[in-house]
Amino acid sequence: MATALTAAAGTGTIGSVPGRRRNYARRYWAFAAPGTAVVLAVIVFPWLFTVFMSLHEWQPGAGTSWVGLANYVHLFTDPDFGWALLRTLYFSVLAVVAPLVLGIAAAVCFHQRFPLRGVARTVFILPMMATPVAVALVWSMMFHPQLGVLNYILTSLGLPPSQWTYSADTVIPTLVMVETWQWTPLVMLIVLGGLASLPVDPYEAAKIDGASFWQTFRHISLPLLWPFIVVAMVIRTIDALKSFDVIYVITVGGPGNASTTINIMLYQQAFSYYHLGYASAIVVVFFALILAISYLLLAVRQNAQ
Amino acid sequence: MIRRRDILKASAGLLAAPAIITVAAAQSTFDWKQFNGQHIEVSLTKNPRSDVLQRKQKEFEDLTGISVGAEQIPEQQQRPKVALEMASGHPSFDVLMVSLHVSKRLFGRAKWLEDLRPYLANPKLTAPDYDFADIGAGAVTTATQADGRMDSLPINPDLWIVYYNKALFKERGLAFPTSMDALLDVARQLTDKNKGTYGFVGRGLKNANVPVWTSWLLGQDQYTVTPDGKTLLTDTPQAVWAAELYQKLMHDCAPPGSIGFNWNECQTSFSQGKIGMWLDGVGFSAPLLDPKSSKVADSVGFAVVPKGPKAQHSASFVDAMAIPAASKTKGAAYLYCQWATSKPIMAEVLRSGSGTPARLSVYTDPAVVQANKFGKEWLDTVMQSQKISAPGLPEIVPVTEFRDTIGIALTNLIAGGDAATELKKATAAFQPVLDKSNAA
Repeated sequence: MATALTAAAGTGTIGSVPGRRRNYARRYWAFAAPGTAVVLAVIVFPWLFTVFMSLHEWQPGAGTSWVGLANYVHLFTDPDFGWALLRTLYFSVLAVVAPLVLGIAAAVCFHQRFPLRGVARTVFILPMMATPVAVALVWSMMFHPQLGVLNYILTSLGLPPSQWTYSADTVIPTLVMVETWQWTPLVMLIVLGGLASLPVDPYEAAKIDGASFWQTFRHISLPLLWPFIVVAMVIRTIDALKSFDVIYVITVGGPGNASTTINIMLYQQAFSYYHLGYASAIVVVFFALILAISYLLLAVRQNAQ
Repeated sequence: MIRRRDILKASAGLLAAPAIITVAAAQSTFDWKQFNGQHIEVSLTKNPRSDVLQRKQKEFEDLTGISVGAEQIPEQQQRPKVALEMASGHPSFDVLMVSLHVSKRLFGRAKWLEDLRPYLANPKLTAPDYDFADIGAGAVTTATQADGRMDSLPINPDLWIVYYNKALFKERGLAFPTSMDALLDVARQLTDKNKGTYGFVGRGLKNANVPVWTSWLLGQDQYTVTPDGKTLLTDTPQAVWAAELYQKLMHDCAPPGSIGFNWNECQTSFSQGKIGMWLDGVGFSAPLLDPKSSKVADSVGFAVVPKGPKAQHSASFVDAMAIPAASKTKGAAYLYCQWATSKPIMAEVLRSGSGTPARLSVYTDPAVVQANKFGKEWLDTVMQSQKISAPGLPEIVPVTEFRDTIGIALTNLIAGGDAATELKKATAAFQPVLDKSNAA
């Protein structure tokens, strides 16, 4: 019997599973071809070409030459890249944590029943609908140290004015403030969806046991919401790491280089200095970094589930 | 019955006849319709000059029979777009507006642009009344590459001037300074931090801030690189002097936060009436004179950059029209460039306050001068600045990198750094970049 099965599998002619798979692939490959071609053309080819460019000195108008790993060696010895990486991480951590904390708090708040809750929810998610460049332009006017409305409010309240994005010390927290204002609603929506799907039994049991609001939140809501929070964290982390428009429009990486994140540095190298080979090396390294962080977050999500 | 009106009409016709014949003769020797039916694409940078070109585009299309597709893109985005498209060998445009102070050497090295000298010398392609000699010599020099090729036609040198608040000067009993040292003194006297009044404002943001410093450096009669473009002159005693002047003005006399100011923040601050002087391009005159957006519309003054210890110059930044060598409709494209830099268009640019044209004759055209909405002081300042204009940035390929590197040093000065140390550091960082670029 065993011999017969082995023989059948080997020939693949009597309805064996591998044989069926081969036939299936032969008959239906045409259906997968367009999608495969698109993926190869718009994802795989550009990626491979970027790697290829990163191995060259590549400047428009000056030709190209093979430099091997020189761009990578330069990258890892370039203090500007190190600082840009640190600023990116600093910005990303703040731009993930702040919307998460505020978004969870807002979700808990909007989960309660109160008059005009629907209207309040709609108003709360409005910032998310605005175009980031338009948002950045409006904020940059508000940040003006002498004429901006924010310093007017601060001084009206008897507080000292701030330099906002016009000081190296405050520029990144201020940019995070804009990100937080715009993307807290996204976190709120995800967590609110999670809250709506939670079972009521544990809450009833906690109520009978006399648990406080904080105890209920800490020991029931938070653990049950954890998978939703991780999803929000993954989305925010990816968004924060690739953030470009708001920073570019408000500060162009300044004052000095104080808000030059990797994306801003990358843009400068590629489209201001035309160092396309070096910029490609930055892309490759940054891609690897994002891949590693994503893998880490996915592992956390797996554990959460 | 012969009416008085008919006689007057006939007389007027006779009087005008010689002029009509001259124009007709000029027109008859030049065929504007020689590329009738062709289509060209034009890539413009976003500015008031481009607005004039687009507003008048129909006139060009009627004159030549050439159809035009023109788009304006903000300068910062247009520069990489046109460079990368020309590097591909297949640009999507036949004419481009190019910022020579940034892209001249890059385009020149790659030979991406058509040499226009043969076109100018060809009477079949250049109208007899074009009058190339009328274009300012400084602008023509800027449009000429090191090897003698002239691959663009200058359209507008943006000149740097000093805007000043006459009301504030009057209140303090001060006159506009006549030297750079005096400018610092006056700026200090105008500054009253308790009242929120500041003597000076200028760009502090890296890259954007470099022309402020080079404006002072030109007062020492010095450029930022040697004439061969190989050696930096950015840490000389003159450069340090200019950096110290920049530092004193920005640190002692400028409003808080000016370390991150670009031109737009400077403009907003100055237009609120709390700033004594602002050094920047002449192109910002219109918004300052607009009472809807400016509190100093009635009191803004215009002045030539004061003389320095050794010279008096106005930093200039020239925009020009050019044709990609890869264009398939170069003849039609040349007619567009010729029209865009012609006397009538340049006159319209000056009349409407849209810029400071490269053509000199428009500044003495009584009709244009009378119609100019900015007044005599503005016109005198522009004309005088034209005469003493000098390039505000070095003519090198990596000019943006230069601006960023030096710009960081200048930003550090506002934060309290030492001028000589910062410039030495920036010079050491950028010289290898320049060497590598020159070797390419």
